[in-house]
Amino acid sequence: MVLGLVNGAFYALLSLGLAVIFGMLNVVNFSHGALFMMGAFVAWMLLNWLGIGYWWALLLSPLIVGTFGVLLERLMISRLYKLGHLYGMLLTFGLGLIIEGVFRNEFGSSGLPYSPPPEFRALTVDFGFMILPGYRAWVVLASLIVCLATWVVIEKTRLGSYLRAATERAELVQAFGINVPRMITLTYGGGVALAAFAGVLAAPIYSVNPNMGSNFIITVFAVVVIGGMGSILGSVVTGFALGMIEGFARVVYPEASATVVFVIMAVVLLTRPAGLFGRA
Amino acid sequence: MLDATTAPPLLKIDALEAWYGESHVLHGVGIEVRQGEVVTLLGRNGAGKTTTLRSIMGLVGRRTGSIAYEGREMIGLRSDLIARAGIGYCPEERGIFASLDVTENLMLPPVVRAGGLDLPTIYALFPNLKERARSPGTKLSGGEQQMLAIARILRTGARLLLLDEPTEGLAPVIVQQIGAMIREIKQRGFTVLLVEQNFRFAQTVADRHYVMEHGRVVDMVPNSDMASNVERLHEYLGV
Repeated sequence: MVLGLVNGAFYALLSLGLAVIFGMLNVVNFSHGALFMMGAFVAWMLLNWLGIGYWWALLLSPLIVGTFGVLLERLMISRLYKLGHLYGMLLTFGLGLIIEGVFRNEFGSSGLPYSPPPEFRALTVDFGFMILPGYRAWVVLASLIVCLATWVVIEKTRLGSYLRAATERAELVQAFGINVPRMITLTYGGGVALAAFAGVLAAPIYSVNPNMGSNFIITVFAVVVIGGMGSILGSVVTGFALGMIEGFARVVYPEASATVVFVIMAVVLLTRPAGLFGRA
Repeated sequence: MLDATTAPPLLKIDALEAWYGESHVLHGVGIEVRQGEVVTLLGRNGAGKTTTLRSIMGLVGRRTGSIAYEGREMIGLRSDLIARAGIGYCPEERGIFASLDVTENLMLPPVVRAGGLDLPTIYALFPNLKERARSPGTKLSGGEQQMLAIARILRTGARLLLLDEPTEGLAPVIVQQIGAMIREIKQRGFTVLLVEQNFRFAQTVADRHYVMEHGRVVDMVPNSDMASNVERLHEYLGV
């Protein structure tokens, strides 16, 4: 269950980024896992090459990877909007493979250690019925804060109302004088930054290795489908819920823990094709 | 014809051609709208009225010719820059956003210039919008949605308003309200280019009428001459 909650925190952050990107760009960002991995690697590089520690990495890595995302969108993805969904999917899938390949070439696939910041070493959080290591509690908390902040920005601010409106009818929003292409670019950068943020959070828990993204991303796509494509609330709630269900399955029937998410996905798709929180 | 001594037109369209993909929709449209006028585009379905508005806003695939606003050429500009030059657009389907509440819908278009109406004035003109401020935009009645779609471009400081069939599908009493509102905003110094199929309604609000057919302007009738041209208009509009 505990591990489930932590996994859930990552599912929520990653599917949130995917949902934001899908809502605005209509592109299923298949390079999300690679960019998550890149976030972890950038944190590792900052530490080992520049001596910049965890807390700064938590800020800098999303900025760096987000900027990289902005470049990807501007130079490549933006050229595909006029074509169908499939092309964006293929392009981002290919980009993901390239990014992973580059890192595998450079760093091998065995994984690099990244120790949790010293502040958490001695810390544990005791809930009475379970004890959560301090760093893992922090991951859950940080994920909740960032998810909440993203939700507030999208639902409660002026910028968020532009985003929601542009998701419905980008053309009209632009005809009101809003620079929609720039907004799309920044949205992609923002979604990618969320993935990188998750990557930095994950670095001390999982070893930093080029495959860490692909391990996660399959489940994350299932989360997005269950929650409802493009639904912000859906991806956060479903992310945490599925992480816990998965963790629970690991305790009571370990053989099922890897498949339970996909069974749920199949059931949801059969009964509510738009997802639990999706608008049909 | 028009008095040559008056100021240059606020909007001057010349030899405008427009395409949707392969289909050539506008064939050399030319119209002029002067500061403070209410001008209508009349014509049957498919005559090119909506396309003319969309071309002004830069929302069609390809267009050539000239669209000058305040003497500035707009034909090559992106639609957000056209809006920022001071043109407000109210589309035919009204374009109210379902995921935004009434206030968010109202506040959506950014202010492009000083001189727009402030919120108290807008709420005074459209009291319903204040009462329903927190409702989702699409939960409003058709008439209220139309009011909202017009109100939100009055806020921005745009001086030229493009209204695409604001009366379409509305009950007669609401149509009268919309008419009163258009006369009110004209009094406040706004200039309006209005697409209409209903020339009886157009007659109650406009100064001049352009008649479109098959992607061309085929006639221009000053409102004062409407009465003597009813037969001709009947023929154009097929009513």
